[in-house]
Amino acid sequence: MPAPQRRSPHPRERRMIFANIDREGYTPDIDCYTRHGGYEVLRKAVTMDKDAIVNEVKASGLRGRGGAGFPCGVKWGFIRRGGPKPTYLICNADESEPGTFKDRYIMHQDPHQLIEGMVISCFALDVHLAYIYIRGEFPLAAKILEQAIAEAREKGFLGKNILGTGFDLDLYVHRGAGAYICGEETGLIESLEGKRAYPRIKPPYFPAVLGLYQCPTIVNNVETLCHVRHIVDMGGAEYAKIGRPNNTGTRILCVSGDVQKPGYFEVEVGSLTMGEVINDLCGGLKPGRTLKAVIPGGSSAKVLRADEKYKIKEKGPEGEMVDKEIGIMDIRMDFDSLAAVGSMAGSGGVIVMDDTRDMVWVLNNLNAFYAHESCGQCTPCREGSLWMRKITDRILAGGGVERDPDVLKSVADNIAGKTICAFGEACSWPTQSFVIKFREEFAAKAKKPLPPPTPPEFVPETLIGRQQTPQLTTGD
Amino acid sequence: MQIPTELLAKVDEAISHYPVSLRSASLPLLHLFQEHFGYISEESILWIAEKLELQPIHVLELVTFYPMFRRKPAGKHHIRVCRTLSCAMAGSFELKEKFCKEAKIACHGEDHDHGDPVSVGENGEYSIEFVECIASCGSAPVCMINDDFYEGVTQEEVAELLAKYR
Repeated sequence: MPAPQRRSPHPRERRMIFANIDREGYTPDIDCYTRHGGYEVLRKAVTMDKDAIVNEVKASGLRGRGGAGFPCGVKWGFIRRGGPKPTYLICNADESEPGTFKDRYIMHQDPHQLIEGMVISCFALDVHLAYIYIRGEFPLAAKILEQAIAEAREKGFLGKNILGTGFDLDLYVHRGAGAYICGEETGLIESLEGKRAYPRIKPPYFPAVLGLYQCPTIVNNVETLCHVRHIVDMGGAEYAKIGRPNNTGTRILCVSGDVQKPGYFEVEVGSLTMGEVINDLCGGLKPGRTLKAVIPGGSSAKVLRADEKYKIKEKGPEGEMVDKEIGIMDIRMDFDSLAAVGSMAGSGGVIVMDDTRDMVWVLNNLNAFYAHESCGQCTPCREGSLWMRKITDRILAGGGVERDPDVLKSVADNIAGKTICAFGEACSWPTQSFVIKFREEFAAKAKKPLPPPTPPEFVPETLIGRQQTPQLTTGD
Repeated sequence: MQIPTELLAKVDEAISHYPVSLRSASLPLLHLFQEHFGYISEESILWIAEKLELQPIHVLELVTFYPMFRRKPAGKHHIRVCRTLSCAMAGSFELKEKFCKEAKIACHGEDHDHGDPVSVGENGEYSIEFVECIASCGSAPVCMINDDFYEGVTQEEVAELLAKYR
């Protein structure tokens, strides 16, 4: 078994969150963390005004790293301190978007960074009870976090009267049990309340208003909460200088699939193009292969085809917007650029596919995932995700009919936008984009003529006893 | 139902993590019971429901919803192989077959059997399950044996890996 991959940072990386990941001699215990400046930012934060901390986060322009990219400061701004109900903070550590593998390393190797980020956030938002919702498949990470919480409590960074400020905070780890839908924040809240993880409808159930136990609740991703620590450390304005306007900070790209050196890379947001990520960071494709497609932001993001041209608007020399046509390798890896080419930065999971990959097989794999993970609450998603999976399954098995690509697309079109949560979009975007962009591959596999609509013995005439049924010949 | 004192202590500790609502402790309790008994029995559901002042259906509906809970025992050592895209591209389907062959488990076929995804081998030594993405796509294919995690697993390593769990 190869030892867990330990790799020194690539020269083009800028490591902030991952500064201590894979570092020689770095251990997850609190002594090692405090030796490296740990909990110093918390000491600074508790002397600050609570509003000032929230304002720093607003000024930083930090966007959520879980998938939706919602501005963290805006989310925090919905919370009014001192209301009649308590406020809760939940860390979303249900990392389960296929293609994403960043939070795992933070929790395994640097758990105190997350805890410090959470204590600072709780202090700023006046939270006295917080949870880390970790997916059930991370039993080791859950143990490490529990150990880290116990250490932090012993040293006075958690519990009653933190650092002598009179601020109390209890923090617990809550383990999920294998359901992808728990990554959706309202589904996560239901699950934490001890129910099936059925997402809630918004409005009225915006977590910031009616969240956990019907109280105001903030749900942030692991990486986002770690960024808070660094924002308070360096100041929001200074943090905002990293990256690009509206796409600030660093983010961890997780690259997997057909590249020479897959792995995680923390880079300034938008500092690299797709080509640089694939060729520089990951050492390019395997010998003799050519690029076919890339899923840029977790499996739900729409696929990008390698030979496609993308029309974008870019700032010209005089600040005016100019139309430009670029290839896949020139797409900048940030929130806005990926949205402009019709996909999304999502959770930062980049899946690279070369010319050996059958796109029908790829889509079928993803469809099987979504069919398995649909929570079953809304009919379009529960039924549609299964239909899509059955159709791609049939095409792969050689039974695809000419109409299948259109049927697939129409099923997908009838899920997106018609469900309670974003899972509807997440499961239909792959099908929509694969079928549109690789239509020829689907058409080549789905060639059979349509069978007669119903077997002859079931046409209405027979059912009502008349003997006029024309003899139909069945397909095969 | 006889609950050992050790488990009972863990149950009370778990419940103390949820000062606002008893019901929130249902997932942690199910985890504790599955760890201890290997699966979730009818009696366990009734016991948990009574402890948390819930109707048994409120516990049963969790067991049927969350994929990690099972209502039948798995093998002594439970293997989970990732099925999702990056791992599948790196050969996790073949890896699962190899595990089945080496551990003498009759597989349910290459796909999930949604009603009962766990296949148990002869004499209950090993069991195997195809699971969705376990978040380590960069070191695909990956698998878990019990709570231990293995990445970049090759076909050749399977026998040696299984030998560690006897």
